[in-house]
Amino acid sequence: MSDLAFAGVAAQADKVRRKDVSARELTELYLARAEAHSELGAYLHLEPEGALTRAGAIDRALAEGGDPGPLAGVPIALKDILVTEGMTTTAGSKILDGWVPPYDGTAVERLRRAGAVILGKLNMDEFAMGSSGENSSRAVCKNPWDPQRVPGGSSGGSAAAVAAGLCAASLGTDTGGSIRQPASFCGIVGLRPTYGRVSRYGVVAFASSFDQVGPLARTTEDAALLLETIAGPDPRDATSIDAPVPRYRDALNGGAKGLTIGIPDEFSAEHLGTGFDPEVERAVDEARRVLEREGAAVRSISLPHSRYALPTYYLLAPAEASSNLARYDGVRYGRRDAEPGAGLGAVYGETRGRNFGPEVKRRIMLGTYALRSGYYDAYYLKAQKVRSLIARDFARAFEDVDLVLSPTAPTPAFPIGSRADSPLDMYMADVLTLSCNLAGLPGISVPCGFTQNGLPIGMQMLAPALGEETLLRAASAYERASGIAGARPPEVFHG
Amino acid sequence: MAEWEAVIGLEVHVQLATASKLFSGSSTDFGSEPNALTDPTVLGLPGALPALNGRALELAIQLGAAVGSSIRRRSRFARKHYFYPDLPKGYQISQYDQPLCEGGAVELRGSGEARTVRLRRIHMEEDAGKSIHGARGHSLVDLNRAGVPLCEIVSEPDIRSGDEAAEFMRALRQLVRYLGVSGGDMEKGQLRCDANVSVRPAGSERYGTRTELKNINSFRFVKQAIENEIGRQTRILEGGGTIVQETRLWDADAGVSHPMRSKEEAEDYRYFPDPDLPPLEVSDEFLARVEGSLPELPAARFDRLVRDYGLSEDDARTLTQERTLADYFDRAVSAYAESSTKAASGAKALANWIQSELLRELGREGRDAASAPVSPESLAGLVRLIDDGTISGKIAKDVFAKMYASGEPAEAIVEREGLRQITDQGEIEAIAREVVEANPGQVEAYRGGKHKMLGFFVGQVMKRTGGKANPKAVNEILTRLLDAPG
Repeated sequence: MSDLAFAGVAAQADKVRRKDVSARELTELYLARAEAHSELGAYLHLEPEGALTRAGAIDRALAEGGDPGPLAGVPIALKDILVTEGMTTTAGSKILDGWVPPYDGTAVERLRRAGAVILGKLNMDEFAMGSSGENSSRAVCKNPWDPQRVPGGSSGGSAAAVAAGLCAASLGTDTGGSIRQPASFCGIVGLRPTYGRVSRYGVVAFASSFDQVGPLARTTEDAALLLETIAGPDPRDATSIDAPVPRYRDALNGGAKGLTIGIPDEFSAEHLGTGFDPEVERAVDEARRVLEREGAAVRSISLPHSRYALPTYYLLAPAEASSNLARYDGVRYGRRDAEPGAGLGAVYGETRGRNFGPEVKRRIMLGTYALRSGYYDAYYLKAQKVRSLIARDFARAFEDVDLVLSPTAPTPAFPIGSRADSPLDMYMADVLTLSCNLAGLPGISVPCGFTQNGLPIGMQMLAPALGEETLLRAASAYERASGIAGARPPEVFHG
Repeated sequence: MAEWEAVIGLEVHVQLATASKLFSGSSTDFGSEPNALTDPTVLGLPGALPALNGRALELAIQLGAAVGSSIRRRSRFARKHYFYPDLPKGYQISQYDQPLCEGGAVELRGSGEARTVRLRRIHMEEDAGKSIHGARGHSLVDLNRAGVPLCEIVSEPDIRSGDEAAEFMRALRQLVRYLGVSGGDMEKGQLRCDANVSVRPAGSERYGTRTELKNINSFRFVKQAIENEIGRQTRILEGGGTIVQETRLWDADAGVSHPMRSKEEAEDYRYFPDPDLPPLEVSDEFLARVEGSLPELPAARFDRLVRDYGLSEDDARTLTQERTLADYFDRAVSAYAESSTKAASGAKALANWIQSELLRELGREGRDAASAPVSPESLAGLVRLIDDGTISGKIAKDVFAKMYASGEPAEAIVEREGLRQITDQGEIEAIAREVVEANPGQVEAYRGGKHKMLGFFVGQVMKRTGGKANPKAVNEILTRLLDAPG
């Protein structure tokens, strides 16, 4: 049965539809695996009853000749930032303890409509602020390849659960690299779509102009299937793009021939101010050669403003976050930590003071400062201008190349606790992923090898807006040529 | 003692008459159960997003176009941050550096000299909820109002008195009701006003230190609150004191204002463009369509009524006060004109009937002209019957009362009840002779020089004809009979 847990999403749905396995059996399989691997800390919340009820309904629909959809009976788990009707949603924060939303977000609604079974909610850095998963207010999530190490962040629980076969696939969010970086740390595929490609309605907001929902999956095919299920315009999200959704799976077999891949000169240690692990560099170089053998052309490109991506991001994203997180005031939902009669100031002070974690507070303070009257021009406005320059760099580069290739992160997964005391070292984990978010572009992380210690390494490809098909085409070509997909972590917690 | 001049600018909030809220589908009904008109967006639930109500945009553009604002082809929404329990998201979605409308003016044409108050801007924003402080030290929050679409109209400091401020508010109320962009009801909070007031020596070019008066929520208080503040500032200045820049809260019950917060305590709203809402683009086509849909505005209508029908300014002002009444008048005039060439005289008669009879009855019932039981066409029919001598003006008043009660047209009532005026000279003369013969004493008195006795005979003839005899004919015939030698 363990093989089934690692089977592809489409294959699982086919088996359910052909009644080779019932949705209920499939759901029970994953529930059992999730229970057995609870020490991994991937799940914040497992919803066995709801999932089994839903699976039963899908089996009944099939028995009656109905078609529950392309994800029929496939058990999916969600980063706990996606709002789920009737299922607790905390965004990894104490401040939302006990909140049970009265509505489904658009992406969740579309998954359910396609026949997916929602198993539960996955661990994450609080409000998606973090690069290791360690900022969760609850359990520490571990990397299934080495439980001493972090799974990455902020969608750490999603990456760990998918890699360990605790769900068929997952949705996460990527604000500065939060899908791609944990995907690379856990050896899976993570796709951040173009800003606006997937509705943000029902996604707990971190930084609204950066946030984007996307799939974390074990293969490019699974990622493509999930993306075509959740993508598309949504009248409830004014920033969603009104463009038809292609059948992304059709892009998978296009091959690398004819693609031009750009290697940015500036994605280097001296330019970005952080060291690159030599094993990571080697693995990505080798992957590039694989793509060349498959017919892709490679050339160097320049993204001159790359060095400003990190400071720009850490001005703009916290500014938006300071605003988005103002609603957690203890008045309407979540926790309220004040003695009755203590007064309004205490309600705000105690509730926010006790229930936001240190990283969240740090970013609220950064953002509040950046938006202060009299400082707006010097910080926020200037950062927006740099953001435009970064986007322009990409636009120019994409006149000459189809894709931009780099490592996803400068290093493989690092040990738990090793960067906890230095926010800036932690921020460096996103130095290669942030530019894409600043420019609103799509990006993918694909496994491209292992370190000698057996830690996964990911390579990142970026494409022009709405270039998801190109990403999937190249990633799939690499996946086939390298034969790397399907590597499974050791079953650490369970024999 | 120096003469003082007040300088006043108003910030007026107008609730747009949409069925649903500015950024979500919840209803904007008034008087619902607390917190019934909410949804994830109104409640500021995690993950909920705003999506602009296109109708609200259309109404806001109508308002801007009607006051001659220039409509920005590209404006944007901004977040205005402050913490308060009735502000669900911790920020209000408003417009800041790029408002929808800039410039424009409102003309004041009250009884006094016509004045123009320039506008600085009109922007769209969402309303906050309502906090109810009270029971046992608890505060309650009702979010029914939260997210209701508003336009904030900011005037230039062109207003010079409490009277002018009240007139400005009345003019705005009239305008928004004409346009149908708002109910304009201050009691329901559909129209609210904050006033920036300062005082300076008359003739001075410089502005004095201003205060902002909040919580002025009825027409009566606009004048009262502002005059009170002008008086307060004048007394301080005359006493050699200085004005503190502050926000003051008007207490309508006590008739005074109290300091709320000083400039130093003013909040930093940390405005920034709302990343959830893309810039608001208004196409030329959309703007042209909205402008093309504007109704005739009150000032133009007033001018037309005076010019085309020769109505007095007072009559024209009354008839154009409400669009429904002005529409009623125009429909009645055009119905009358279809059957008569004397449109202008008919218009005057209709204006009189509307202002005396119709408005009295409507006022008694608190009804609007749009729902009057007597249609404009029916009223035109009644006036026509008077004009062609079918009924007398006196009978017509009774007929109107019956029309109002039953909704029937005048013709039907006149026919059924036999109210047609007696114009037959022979018939009137026969009755007049009877009356003359039956009252020899009075005839003698008349002939002895008491000509006032004519009224007695007229009364008697009218009594016998049930008031239906043509009064002019009755007068002529009686005079002839009585003056003839006996």
